Amino acid sequence: MNIRTLTQICILFSSLSILSIGGGNTVLPEMHRKAVDSYHWLSDKQFADVFAISQAAPGPSILIVTIIGYKAAGIPGAILATIAMMLPAGVLVYLVSRVWEKAKDSAFRKAIEKGLAPLTVGLILASGWVMSKAADHDWRAYVLTAVCTAIFTTTKINPLFIVAAAGLVGWLGWI
Amino acid sequence: MSDRPSLADLALTFNHIALASFGGGLSAWSREVLVAEKRWMEDEEFLSAVTMCRILPGANQVNLAVFVGVKFHGIPGALAAVFGLTLVPVLLVLAMAYFYFQFHQVPAVQGILKGAAAAAVALTLSMVVKTGRKCLAGLIPVLLFLAVFLMNGIARWPLLACLSLLAPLAVVWAWPKPDKP
Repeated sequence: MNIRTLTQICILFSSLSILSIGGGNTVLPEMHRKAVDSYHWLSDKQFADVFAISQAAPGPSILIVTIIGYKAAGIPGAILATIAMMLPAGVLVYLVSRVWEKAKDSAFRKAIEKGLAPLTVGLILASGWVMSKAADHDWRAYVLTAVCTAIFTTTKINPLFIVAAAGLVGWLGWI
Repeated sequence: MSDRPSLADLALTFNHIALASFGGGLSAWSREVLVAEKRWMEDEEFLSAVTMCRILPGANQVNLAVFVGVKFHGIPGALAAVFGLTLVPVLLVLAMAYFYFQFHQVPAVQGILKGAAAAAVALTLSMVVKTGRKCLAGLIPVLLFLAVFLMNGIARWPLLACLSLLAPLAVVWAWPKPDKP
């Protein structure tokens, strides 16, 4: 086991954790610069492929760090990178949510909850928009999205069935 | 609101959310499960938590798991939720990474993912419809909603720039009126 590499993993990802304001994707350029150019853990092409894999897997997309840690230092590297990426930010969220719990009945919390709601809905719409751009939707994918949206909003069918059915449509090459 | 979930409930629920979101749309799945199915939170509390978790550093969904875990069980709750959210995905990602570095191929699931991604966008849109029905009542919330969509979605301004402009306006608008208790 390479202690130097493990130390680098620990320092890199725990600092990226604190810097990743707005989500994990905001630190991808810096992650690329360090992992590819400085430490040579993986090549440019591998970084792009590994990014695609982490997007395809279920769960938080930040698990790209698990793969980078794995490539750099095997399973210990994978585990260390994952923990280092989540812990510092997690501690911060913990502290904030404690304060939030204490402020339960304050005017301050009520105003933030009510005020942020329309903004969050707008941000969610924005992320749906960006997702469909990133997935390189053509007109058939948009039709599928429209049909699924209609089903989700008007019926009580378990969404998992719909997502699986849409996956099947994609697998059959219909979109 | 139903009874307080146990640590195992938290872990299993977040595991369910993570696995369900294989085409994306983790936020929409979180609402579907946490608000609609389990009724652990109301929409307003959930939505504000989502945006706070975005503003704070860290992966948004990991942050949300910490937030929900702490709400019910403090630090053990946070650990259970994060563990549930990440354990199976980490194992899957490792298996895919092993395959990739061994055989130099990205596992061929592109077609399935394309379909699932179209449905994930749809789930995200349906979340906009469902939550919007409640909180987009009135001119000002609709304007806030449109402004943040245009800035962040179309113009692609950074999240912090959009929110530092709009969030103060939103909070002033939402401040409880003293004459109407």
